[in-house]
Amino acid sequence: MKKMQIRLFSWIKKLFKKDRMAKIGIYGPPNAGKTTLANRVVRDWTGDAVGPVSHIPHETRRARRREGITIEANGTTVSLDIVDTPGLATKIDFHDFMAFGMKEEEAKRRAKEATEGVIEAVKWLEDLDGVILVMDATEDPFTQVNVTVIGNMEARHLPLIIAANKIDIPEASPTRIRSAFPQHTLVPISALEGQNIETLYDEIANRFG
Amino acid sequence: MTRKKNQTTTSVQGIQLDFISEDRLAEMTAMEKIRLILDEVRSSKILVLERGLTPEEEAKLIELTMIEITPDGFSGIEIESYPTKQNTSIFGKIFGKNTTRTRLTVIGPADKLKTVKKDRDMITAIVTKQ
Repeated sequence: MKKMQIRLFSWIKKLFKKDRMAKIGIYGPPNAGKTTLANRVVRDWTGDAVGPVSHIPHETRRARRREGITIEANGTTVSLDIVDTPGLATKIDFHDFMAFGMKEEEAKRRAKEATEGVIEAVKWLEDLDGVILVMDATEDPFTQVNVTVIGNMEARHLPLIIAANKIDIPEASPTRIRSAFPQHTLVPISALEGQNIETLYDEIANRFG
Repeated sequence: MTRKKNQTTTSVQGIQLDFISEDRLAEMTAMEKIRLILDEVRSSKILVLERGLTPEEEAKLIELTMIEITPDGFSGIEIESYPTKQNTSIFGKIFGKNTTRTRLTVIGPADKLKTVKKDRDMITAIVTKQ
């Protein structure tokens, strides 16, 4: 029923939209692998990249939009704008960055930029046509950030795909995420190694096409 | 007897928890709710909302929390709620009423409230005095 509703909404939107491309946001908590996935998608379809990645949280502190990514999958061609967003968080403490070896001043600057990045990511939520929510499959899926993003998409009847990332790590458990949010399409992937990425493209074509 | 007295003293010096009813929240606008939450949390209180915030209000709360974060001051909030539920009543669908049902939510200062484990139907958190 839910899937039928979303398809109906997508169909009505397509009927009325002109040449505007759907804007798809890549969301998730810090260090879930959002930029790694954005880089993978953009590289696969344009040969380019979106931004740098790092093991230090909040590496992406500005949303980056790549326009006109054309994905061909499942017999469908879909053109999208991909927006790689900064990691969403409810707390940012500069001391956490110092634990990664940063000096106090640098850590404070990064924390300030990170708060601005979160605000930007929240603002983008209002201007998207769909979301790929990246979750770290080695972590607890019930974070408030995940709950908030899913709640916003459901409230606005917008399509959502959950990418259960980092399945190349033995501790990963996409099943745990699936049982946490059974009402949503889930694709287990490794954005880093490209595992199962074709299935994600199929779902992107299905849900956002 | 002495032991009982000590226990009372400890609880008085502890952290205040405010349980806010659904009725009280229902009378407030989104901004009033968010302002109340941030003011209370910044004064080191922990709030338990009988019915939590809508997803849009949660997003706005995250946004305003980020604005208020300062180095060596306020580092943000810990917020935990259960996933919202969609109202499946046929009348709600026909008349286009908001179909999202919000749920119990706990909010506190990030340096005092820590979530230990969160599941679909159970939240375990600890409160620390700093």
